[in-house]
Amino acid sequence: MAAVRTSSEVALNRVAIAAVLIATLIFLAPIYWIASTAFKPKELAVSVPPTVLFEPEVTPFVRLFTKRVQMQKTVDPQVYEAAPWWEKRIYDGGERVLKVGKDVQLSQYPDRFMNSLIVAVISTVLAVGMGTFTGYGFSRFKVAGEADLLFFILSTRMLPPVVVAIPMFLMYRAVGLNDSHIGLIILYVAFNLSFSVWLMKGFMDEIPKEYEEAALVDGYTRMQAFFKIVLPEAATGIAATAVFCFITAWNEYAFALIMTNRRAQTAPPFIPSQIGSGLPDWTTIAAGTFLFLLPVAIFTFLLRNHLLRGVTFGAIRK
Amino acid sequence: MTQIELRGIEKFFGAVQVIHNLNLAIADNEFIVLLGQSGCGKTTTLRAIAGLETVDKGDILIDGKAVQHLKAADRDIAMVFQSFSLYPHMTVFENIAFPLRATRMSSSEVDTSVREIARVLRITDLLDKRPSALSGGDMQRVAIGRALVRRPKAMLMDEPIGALDAKLREEMRAEIKRLHIKQGSTTIYVTHDQIEAMSLADRIVIMHEGFIQQVGTPDEVYSHPANLFVAQFVGSPVMNIAEASIADQAGAASVTVGGAPAGFEFPRELLSKLNGHANGGLTLGIRPEGVLVRHDAAPGYVPVEAQIIEPLGSFDIVDLKVGSKMLRARTKAGYVSGPGEKVHARIDPEQAHFFDSASGKSLGVRL
Repeated sequence: MAAVRTSSEVALNRVAIAAVLIATLIFLAPIYWIASTAFKPKELAVSVPPTVLFEPEVTPFVRLFTKRVQMQKTVDPQVYEAAPWWEKRIYDGGERVLKVGKDVQLSQYPDRFMNSLIVAVISTVLAVGMGTFTGYGFSRFKVAGEADLLFFILSTRMLPPVVVAIPMFLMYRAVGLNDSHIGLIILYVAFNLSFSVWLMKGFMDEIPKEYEEAALVDGYTRMQAFFKIVLPEAATGIAATAVFCFITAWNEYAFALIMTNRRAQTAPPFIPSQIGSGLPDWTTIAAGTFLFLLPVAIFTFLLRNHLLRGVTFGAIRK
Repeated sequence: MTQIELRGIEKFFGAVQVIHNLNLAIADNEFIVLLGQSGCGKTTTLRAIAGLETVDKGDILIDGKAVQHLKAADRDIAMVFQSFSLYPHMTVFENIAFPLRATRMSSSEVDTSVREIARVLRITDLLDKRPSALSGGDMQRVAIGRALVRRPKAMLMDEPIGALDAKLREEMRAEIKRLHIKQGSTTIYVTHDQIEAMSLADRIVIMHEGFIQQVGTPDEVYSHPANLFVAQFVGSPVMNIAEASIADQAGAASVTVGGAPAGFEFPRELLSKLNGHANGGLTLGIRPEGVLVRHDAAPGYVPVEAQIIEPLGSFDIVDLKVGSKMLRARTKAGYVSGPGEKVHARIDPEQAHFFDSASGKSLGVRL
């Protein structure tokens, strides 16, 4: 049946589309800013009025990944000619790339990026895994003091985490967990666990218990039923929970700043530390931020269908 | 060959007792229907047999062996759920094969067994589909296939067709009956639908508030209800129930309902058979087909007034005002022309049931 639309409905629809477009533009503006700055020549990054059209270059990324020093004098033309294209870009900016022998010295950025990946991935796997089992337990079994326990788990979210930063820092230092991957992982799992338990319990509640009961009657143990039946059914919920946990762990700034400074430092506190003194090199910072945005954007994009269901979970019944 | 016996089963949910001292012996190959309203304990009983629910007291014996402490997986019983519970992430084939995958059966044997059962259930062409692509009836066929495929000792069915629409329900009822005759396995079937129970069961177990009310063949529970609950639960339209008083009148028994001026005539022997219950405490039960209606007066007929007429196609249900009570009678379609018509009614003594008003128990009087 074709819906008949009145002219006022059409007008309203256009207004709605316009509103969505404007909102999208507002949300995308900072991302555009970061992306465009990451490809700008250094001097255009702070130009007034802002430059919109420019010839993009990858020099900020070269600077991001290399250690450099200011040069006192101009470079020897022979050396300049022998240098690969990316090194020339550095010479053009009045700097030279630091080397040990012939090997280019990399900046700390790749290490920090790896730290972010290690901490975010492992903490997400742990938080979601534990949340899945715990949520299943709360959903399927009579747990003594269930309501109190669930409230207790939720209560860990009831104050801003930064409130406990100082005591946590002291405790971590006392047991030697500061500036370690494991320390950050424990922290992020603790942050995400309450969220993960509650979300997974909700998803588990939506899976009819007859599925497992049928499997139990059909000759399977509860553990087998869990892995063969419940987990595949819960895949959507697990994916949605994983996205949220990953984003939280990936973006976490305050604790990473306090708890880590070298070995285990993640990208969020590292990137601003590169602002340094004098005139900040905005293009290099933008390049670092731009790369930092990618994993979470890709991860979210891959799981977008699940994510939507995760957001609307509870509001829509199948 | 599977016999199931329940001995003194008791079950509590918290402080609430949901099954009271339940005893039941089910013979090999028998089709037993547990019938009752929701919350009567029938599903709990079924789940206890399956091993999905523990019992607080009593024994569950399968072929003489106590199984109440065994896990569901070790009882070799299959169950079909009302919600079908097909796994959405598996094809129909994988769904049916699922119970076999728990055994050490080789995959070629699994394949043979699944195809065999699919042929019996006429779902061979559905084997590659996902459950979400199936109709309700086909889903339930698959669920039944999954239950039958490993030839379990017994089949348990929990309102398997309750979620289907009326026409499909009728179709599946016949299908289940056909399968039971063909496959012949001890079956326990739970339903709240008395028509399903009547049409499928070898014996019906009627439950109410955790107690068994009556166990018997469909004919027994229909013709000889053990108490008022069974009398009103089984049969459609519902049996008329009315407080009655009985008097000796000119060589015959006269049964008065609703304080009407004239009583219905019964054979005199009723008086002696009802001895001890003749004063108050007596409830008459009569199915609408036992209330005979005619236009003109005749011996034994009492003048009554028609109040409401419900045409049901092949017959009408007419509400007759008898004193302060209504008796529903079943008449030929259009026999009573309209409300307010004066007709004459009689109660067929052979179809009358008498109950003790206080306990609700049948007095076992047959005329």
